[in-house]
Amino acid sequence: MALVRVFWAQLTSMRTALILLLVLALVAIPGSLLPQRPVAPIRVNDWKTANPAVADLYEALGLFDVYGSPWFAAVYLLLTVSLIGCIVPRIQVYAKALRQPPPRTPKVLGRLPASVAGTSALSADEASAAAEGVLKAKRFRTRRDGDSVAAERGYLREFGNILFHLSFALMLVGVAWNTLWAYKGEVIVVEGQAFSNSLTQYDDFSAGGAFRPANLQPFTIWVDSFTAKFETGEVQRGAARVFEADVRVAHGAGSTETARIEVNHPLVVDGTQVHLIGHGYAPVVTVTDAQGNTAYSGPVVFLPQDGNFTSLGVIKAPDARPNYLGFEGFFLPTAIVDEMGPRSVFPDALAPELFVNVWTGPVREETGRPESVYSLTKDGLEQMRTPDGNVVTFRIAPGQVIDLPDGSSLSFDDWRRWTKLQVSNEPGLWLVIGSVLLSVLGMMLSMYVRPRRLWLRATETADGLRVEAGGLDRAESSVGLADDVAELAASAGLADAALTQEVAP
Amino acid sequence: MTEAYSSLPMVLSAVIYLLAMTAHAIEWASARKPATDREQVLVGAGGPEVAAPAENEYRVSLFGRIGVALTVVGAGSHIAGVVLRGLAAGRWPWGNMYEFITSSLAFAVVFYLVLVWRRGWSWLGLPVTLLLSVGQGLAVTVFYVAIAPLVPALHSVWFVIHIVAAAIAGAAFNVGAIAAILYLIRDRAERKGAVGGYLARLPKAAALDDFSFRVHRFAFPLWTFTILAGAVWADYAWGRFWGWDPKETWSLVTWVVYAAYLHARVTAGWKGTRAAWLAVLGVVTFWFNFIGVNLLTVGLHSYAGI
Repeated sequence: MALVRVFWAQLTSMRTALILLLVLALVAIPGSLLPQRPVAPIRVNDWKTANPAVADLYEALGLFDVYGSPWFAAVYLLLTVSLIGCIVPRIQVYAKALRQPPPRTPKVLGRLPASVAGTSALSADEASAAAEGVLKAKRFRTRRDGDSVAAERGYLREFGNILFHLSFALMLVGVAWNTLWAYKGEVIVVEGQAFSNSLTQYDDFSAGGAFRPANLQPFTIWVDSFTAKFETGEVQRGAARVFEADVRVAHGAGSTETARIEVNHPLVVDGTQVHLIGHGYAPVVTVTDAQGNTAYSGPVVFLPQDGNFTSLGVIKAPDARPNYLGFEGFFLPTAIVDEMGPRSVFPDALAPELFVNVWTGPVREETGRPESVYSLTKDGLEQMRTPDGNVVTFRIAPGQVIDLPDGSSLSFDDWRRWTKLQVSNEPGLWLVIGSVLLSVLGMMLSMYVRPRRLWLRATETADGLRVEAGGLDRAESSVGLADDVAELAASAGLADAALTQEVAP
Repeated sequence: MTEAYSSLPMVLSAVIYLLAMTAHAIEWASARKPATDREQVLVGAGGPEVAAPAENEYRVSLFGRIGVALTVVGAGSHIAGVVLRGLAAGRWPWGNMYEFITSSLAFAVVFYLVLVWRRGWSWLGLPVTLLLSVGQGLAVTVFYVAIAPLVPALHSVWFVIHIVAAAIAGAAFNVGAIAAILYLIRDRAERKGAVGGYLARLPKAAALDDFSFRVHRFAFPLWTFTILAGAVWADYAWGRFWGWDPKETWSLVTWVVYAAYLHARVTAGWKGTRAAWLAVLGVVTFWFNFIGVNLLTVGLHSYAGI
């Protein structure tokens, strides 16, 4: 039991809090220097491939997910416990101090950092009453014992201190709440298409432990158009300049409205945020099979691979007969072919082209198994060849049609942009923001409020009324303490109050 | 064309700050002299080269005043450069590292000159002009980029709120760290009982410590607000308020180190020297966050090249 008490005393000491703070700073660093799985899973794998010697060790230490690792949690949990253990006793002391009047007037006022003494023509009662009046007007809390007055101000300093620490704990509650109930989903929507807020529609979805699918607000968003503009000048050529999505929203209640989503202006639909977080190109194609039937028609989402939107994608025509048709290739918004091969040199669609390989094979049975729309499963397929045995590969611009050796054809009708929308709900965010604002308020109170104690004693003597006044500051600097003491003494009738002691600077 | 009008005063300010630093260096060196002269007298050498103290004092204050005057001129040129940069770009001038350094140092020099004007604290001269000439020098040589509009993620009112708060807090952290370093030097000298030369011109160690604390006390809530404003902005722009982006992580590291500093000032065994070292550590993390994170790590804050 004694051991527990010693441990607790250690944990809640300021020294331990200080060391824990420094440890927290230290353990947060590796996560900023190494790639982190929750943010960039692909870079983690790249890094591990590049550094095989330490990859397993780092993995075991949790260095690729520092902020979710047990040792990081251990540090901040210990710090929180230390903080609460530190602050709860201080709340009790503070609550007690609030109920009590200021401390009694000390016997000797001359030893205080600032003090003054002299005689007054007033009576003892008049002097102390006048002094108390002045102190009250200056918003001191006062206490009168006979002919002495004790006063204190600056209670808000400790209040601010407690508020700061409590709001820190409150912020952690907000973060925890948010982690449990928040959700975040990403979905790619091509211009002209729509998205409904339900789990099956998302390409990627993550949520906290307390999330239920019923929490999703029902609404539908049509992306009517997406505008992207890029720098065409010499400086930062190709840098993004404008992203805007013009949408229509149908609320769960039935009403419809139009809206524009921009990068810093998310759309808020019934409390759910919709952000614009990415964009790319979707070539619009028509695949006609060897029998002359349309096997596929519509936009196909291609995924950007670099800053100039060299985009990779596949066009699948499972309904093509007599053989399955699949196309794999690149969409290049501003295409050139040089010694580095075909590539895009500008992110905007100035000279769009498709570079495509054709795969074909026996018609596949419907398995119902989900398949990625961004990659072609090549089991049983082979590349289409011309009668003289060459692999079929071609480039095609919008408006062109390519006739294939087997009698089928691919028409590149047009291109559209797609936008990646992130739909998220962060129910605890207001608490996090509110508590940090409170903590700023608290720390300003605790740093700028200067607690001060003042005393005055009036004693009847043979030579008249003897008045002593003194003061004490409980903060670092004592600006204006001497003035306060002098003013207090003057209020009690001291004519030319001469300070008996200098205030330490 | 307007771009040149902005670059020229910026380069000019770096040169003028360098001259100001030279003047302050001469001031320091002159202040050192009496101590050595006195030693010579003690050994009995004496001679005509021993300068009269009054003449020396005149030299010290002359070069001190030249240093401050040059800093005022440099600051005028510097601020003109920042304002013209903003006018030429048609937006607030803190969209990349070059612009942030120059704007942040403009806040720092104004802060310093106010201290000189109101409190007569020209003893900050040498370290502040050192910071200014190194900072402006690096800005115009290494970090310079031509004017360009902002990427869409920066089109926000938070672009003003978040970055101005960061620049002012950063300026204050730098001034606070300078005071902390001077405190460490002066404190050491006081302990050894050898407060001579330039050190004698500094305020007492306790006063330096107090000043350093006041500056940090101003900067810390502002830095907290900077992080909060950044989080709110991140929520608007990227759809999450905290994502352990390297910049976010290091801003937290900086915050935690300064929180430790504030606690250390009231903890037995830590107040004084160790607390001052924490203030120095804090400014190191601030600079790393600013330069190291942009150049060494991959994150969402690296949108404008350097």
